[in-house]
Order: sequence, then C-alpha cells, then structure tokens
Amino acid sequence: MSERSSKNATPRKLTGAEIIWECLERLGVEHVFGYPGGAILPTYDALTRSRVHHVLVRHEQGATHMADGYARASGRVGVALATSGPGATNMVTGIATAMMDSSPIVCITGQVGSTVLGSDAFQETDITGITIPITKHNYLVTRADEVASSLREAFQIAASDRPGPVLVDITKDAQLGACEFDWDAAAPRAHRQVPDFFPAPAKLNEAAALINESQRPVILAGHGIILSGAGEEVRRLAETADIPVALTLLGLGAFPASHPLNLGMMGMHGEAWVNQAIQESDLLIALGMRFDDRVTGKVNTYALKAKKIHIEIDRAEINKTVQVDVPLIGDLRHVLQQLLPLVKPNRHSEWWSQVHVSKKDSAVRDIQNLPDSGHLYAAHVINDLWRETKGDAVIVTDVGQHQMWEAQYYHHEKPRSLITSGGLGTMGFALPAAIGAKFARPDSEVWVVAGDGGFQMTMAELATIVQEKLNVKIAIINNGFLGMVRQWQEFFYEGRYAGTPLLSPDFVKLAEAYGIPGLMVTQRSQVVPALNTSRFHAGPALIDFRVEQEDSVYPMVPAGADLHAMIRRPNPLVERPTDD
Amino acid sequence: MTEREKSHTFVVYVENKPGVLNRIASLFRRRGYNIESLTVGHTERPNISRMTIVSSIGDGAAHRVEANIYKLVNVLSVEDVTHATTISRSLALIKVDAPEESRHRLMEIVRVFRARVVDLAPRSLIIEITGAEDKIHALVDVLRPFGILEMVRTGQVVMRRGVQESSLPKGAQDDPRPSQQKTGPELTGADALVEAEHPGSV
Repeated sequence: MSERSSKNATPRKLTGAEIIWECLERLGVEHVFGYPGGAILPTYDALTRSRVHHVLVRHEQGATHMADGYARASGRVGVALATSGPGATNMVTGIATAMMDSSPIVCITGQVGSTVLGSDAFQETDITGITIPITKHNYLVTRADEVASSLREAFQIAASDRPGPVLVDITKDAQLGACEFDWDAAAPRAHRQVPDFFPAPAKLNEAAALINESQRPVILAGHGIILSGAGEEVRRLAETADIPVALTLLGLGAFPASHPLNLGMMGMHGEAWVNQAIQESDLLIALGMRFDDRVTGKVNTYALKAKKIHIEIDRAEINKTVQVDVPLIGDLRHVLQQLLPLVKPNRHSEWWSQVHVSKKDSAVRDIQNLPDSGHLYAAHVINDLWRETKGDAVIVTDVGQHQMWEAQYYHHEKPRSLITSGGLGTMGFALPAAIGAKFARPDSEVWVVAGDGGFQMTMAELATIVQEKLNVKIAIINNGFLGMVRQWQEFFYEGRYAGTPLLSPDFVKLAEAYGIPGLMVTQRSQVVPALNTSRFHAGPALIDFRVEQEDSVYPMVPAGADLHAMIRRPNPLVERPTDD
Repeated sequence: MTEREKSHTFVVYVENKPGVLNRIASLFRRRGYNIESLTVGHTERPNISRMTIVSSIGDGAAHRVEANIYKLVNVLSVEDVTHATTISRSLALIKVDAPEESRHRLMEIVRVFRARVVDLAPRSLIIEITGAEDKIHALVDVLRPFGILEMVRTGQVVMRRGVQESSLPKGAQDDPRPSQQKTGPELTGADALVEAEHPGSV
C-alpha cells in the first residue's frame, strides 16, 4: 500500500461516498441534479466537502430530465442522483426517455446495505433489474473499492458509441466503507473497438456509386448528425451532389433551416412535399436516423422506388424496420469524411423542379402577413417567438400538438437549439429539461414551450427555477385540452372526447405564487409585446397563451398509413395567406 | 425436422458476472420470443462463460436479437450458428415405468440407441442418453408407450466443426477484465441475411 502511494500521489484512503464526488469532479462534472434520502445520505454528507454544485429537484423524474436536458444542450454527460426505492423508481421515466433519444446521462442511486439486499428492506427496490431494458448498462456496486471503476466506466459507456443512460446503484455500506482511492487503477477498459468501425472501401465505393448515379436523391438527416458533430460534413455532401435534405424531429438544427437545400421535417406531421419527395426518391441517404414508425408511416409502402444507404453507429438499427442496400457502420462524421472524396459534384435540377411542384400545392408556413382574425393560434405564438428570438434561443418542448407546431414554425439553424422528447414522447419533459439546458448554457436564452397538460405533470420544478435563480422563460400553449389526444379522438374516434378536456389552475397566479412574473395572452396582437416583456425581464417569466381550443396539427399521416397519404387541413385557417 | 428449421441457435461468450443471463434473457422476453433451451458453462478461459441459446424465431427476428445481444456490455461475442456446420449435443435423463415384463424390451431399446441405464429400481429405471436433439427425440417417442414418469433435458450445446477457433476475440484469455474487442453479427445487405451452408451433424 505504502509503496504504491509513494510512487503515485493519487492513492489515499477515502470513503465510497467521497470517491463518488472525487470521481465526478475529475470527470468534469459541475452540476448534479438530485434528491436526498436514507440510502444516499452518506453521499450527501460527503457533498459538503465537494466543489460539485447540487441542484435540489422537486421530484426525481425532474432530476433525470434535467440531466438529459443538460446533456442534449451541451453534449456532455448529465448526472442525476437519488435515493433507493421510490427515489430510484421515480427516475425510470427519465431514464427511458434518455434511452430512446440516445442521451448520455449517468444516474446514481443509493441502495440498502449489501447484507440486506433482497430482504425487502425499507425503501429497497431492485432498480438494476428494473432498468436493464432502459439503460445501456447498469451496475450494482456493493464495495467501496468498486465505486471508482464503475463510475469511470459508466461515464465512458454513456458517452461512447450511440450514447445513452447508465445507472450506478451503490449500496449504503459501499458509500460508508473506506478504501485506497486510485484514480489511474480505476481506468475503464478499452470499450468496444468494433472491427468494422471503419467501413470497408468496397462498401464506401458502393455507396458513392449509388449517390453519383442517383437522379432523385434525398438525405434523411437525423439526431446522429448532432451527436457525431457531423453537420459540416452533411452540408458538404448535400452541396456537392445537390441533394435535398429532409430532417427528423430530433434532427432539426442538424442542418440549417434557412439553407436552400433544406426541405423541412419528414414524417407524421412533416411537410407534405417532404414525404412526397421521399416516396418519389430513387435513393435515400439515411444519416444517423433509425426509420422510426413516426417517420416511415406504413413500412410496406415506404419509399419503394428508392435504394437505401444507411450510415449508422448502432448496427442493431440496420435492417430493423426498413431493409437497406448499403449499410455503413461507424461514427457518422468519420464515415462521411471517407465518403466525401468519392462523391462527384452533381446537379439535380429536374428533381428539384419536381419537388417544387409538389411544394406549391402544400401549406404555406409563412404566417407573418396573415390578417388578424381575432383568434389566437399556437402557430402565431411559435412563429412570433422564432422571429423575436431571431431563431437563436434554445427551445425545450414538451410532447403533443405544441411540440409539432414548434417543429413546424420555429426554424432551427443550429444543432442543440431544439430539445424535445422524440422517441418516448414524455409529457412533463420540458420544464425540467430546460433547467438542465440552462445550466449547460447559461448564456443562451432558454424557452420552455409546453402544453397545459404536460406542464402540469412536472410544474413543481418551478420552485427549482426560483431556488437556483435561473433565467428560464416559459410559454404555455393552453387550449384546455390534452390536444394531441383530442385531435386523434376527433379524427379517429368520431369526436368522442374521453378524458381530454382539461381544467388548469390560473397559471399566472401559480407563477406569482412562486415569485415568477406571469402574463396571460388571448389576442394575437398581445403575443409580441408579451414575449418581449418576458424576454427583457431579468429572471424567469411565464406566459399563459390561451389559444384556439380545437385546432389540429396538419398535415398528418395517420398511424400506420402510407407516408404520402396525408390528411390536409380541411378548412384552412392559418396556413394560407389568402385566408381570413 | 420442421422444428429445427424454425429455430435459431446462438453461441454467446459473456463475462461471468451476476445479472448477465438476465440481460440476455430480457432481450428475448421483451420481444415475446420464447427460449427453447439455454445452457451456460465455463470455457477454456477464466471468467468467461459460454451460452448456447436456442429460440424458435424467424430469420429477421434472429438477426435483431443477435444485433442487440452484441450491444450488451458484458457480451464478448455472439454468433448465430444455425446455418454453420456444427456438432450439437444434449443430454437427457428419462425415468420410465419398468415392471418386470417390459424390462427386457427397454434394455433392447437402450442398446439400440446407445443409451445407458443409470438407475434400476423395482418398478422403474432411469435411462441416460447423450446426442443430437433428434436422437433424443426419437428415443422419447419410443419410450412413451412404456410410460415416462419423469424426464430432464440439459438443452443443447453446440460447437463448430473443424479447426476454426472460438469466436472469442484474441487477447481475452489473460486479462480478467477483457478488452471489449468484439466479434458480432455479419453485416449484410437486404438479400443476404442467410448463408447457404447446411448443418452437417448427425
């Protein structure tokens, strides 16, 4: 023991709890989102001797969404902390959310003492068992000398390959026990050196040949572009070969909305002309996306004329739902760097004019010059928010109609400017995720855009905003319904609104109860002044936008329908400039 | 046998740690796939276990499960050996109702099948048989009219024929915490999911 410590300054006797904080500091963690409790108490006690900033949340689900929002806004690993039993189970929704959207978070949970594991001890739950299907990996740590290696490995697994959540469950005795702390000895083993991580030249040539020969190519741009930092390479690919770029929901921001090659969002609530282009295409180049069912519609009729190239880091995504012709496994940026020299400059003017024809007959999204009909639509709110923030804000949305309107009417120019729960569709995500995003990017303007339903799921975190003196702005798109479900009931259940009419508190008064200034907006003319009053207030602010109650998101591909069979707005209200 | 055509056999090398079996089984469970047989045991290398998993699933499902097993952190390698040239064995203990009058015929059957009698009691006997699944299946069919009182089967273990080494990555033998140099499912285009080899074991 003494030999080692004389050679290496690192080893010294620490408790497991102290090792947790020591490791987090060395891993570059500045903020931890957590909630204390019995089985994690030793770790909280050691927190008093740490430089890490602890953010007290109001519910452990909030802690996981904050860690998630932090990770998505920054690209760094977010950390959540909770006690055993209910503390741990409250994290489940947030962990599943991070898993579905490949968000790197590490959740640390306290666990009952190792000697009573499995005895149904007070606040004992098998959280490693529960989270096996919703984590990349998890650990049950029963000894202090396993803490450092588990945490270091957890961080590496969370951030590497396709990122995702990792849970580290640490028994109370492992936190209390002491051991020699040796940072270097706890280094994680070399993880996952996939043999074909760099695709074979033959495969690259095959892909390049398809691209060079294609008459009607479309790039499908996904979240992987942001995770891989491949925006520049994607732009070069699109510009070199003159390829239209369609984006997934989580891909928004990966390719600038204002770029002339940007087609817009694909899928269930994507633009009709984008889906049309995909169906007419002869080559889909899927970049860091996974052919989600919300993107493909009915798989049997999806892009039947197209060859498919799929560049993806997760080989389990290859041929999962859509059969592809050329799979290229690897980090998107690296693969594109190798592929680009093989791609020939090209022009597809015929293909573009075909796309423009179908675009003409679709909805017009520029609602700026529409006359005021006296109604307030969510689209107005989002569009004005985009114009007033000049597209520079970080928008964190909840799940539902407002999420889709945000995707349609806020034009994202930069990666990590939209944070939203895409895969799991977790209501209640926005407010806590925005808190995490604000910690990650304190200099950015951060807006919560949430519905009246989802906001009420996690609104207790308003107190966290105030306690942490965070400047987060909140826009509630309040239509008195669980709007997206209501829309489905209108379209597919003959308008039987079961369980969707929604009573809400007076959100302005609620905000004021927390010491947050609130505004209510009912007229379109009030939107911009209210936005700016909030924006220029030096602190958090909330606006309750009372929007049209039974508006629906258009266009729409019904679940399981052909991608090109979209429901259009039957009685155009906000989408055509000629409308009153 | 048709049963055989419908099932896929995976050979998986894993770190010998708590919970690994749970992680793998979970990938079948969440998709509603049934595991027909599963065997786990030590390998020639310390701290590394080898599993043979047989599941009645189609080619697409098998490909999906294999790709997801590969992603597990504790998995060192996974291989779908369904279409490879392999030796496959399992063992069964079969307790048969054996009154005086039928013993002679039972002994005859045991000899033909190259099985063994490992317990002889006044009214029953236990037969041990090792072999490919079909052979065991055939013996069970023959024994059924005599009255099978109890049966236990180990499930299949499978090994590739010939000189090919295990699919376990090199360098894994010495380090108790092997580096995650993995071998996994073959990457293929849409039409080439299945190799054209045929099983050669008897």
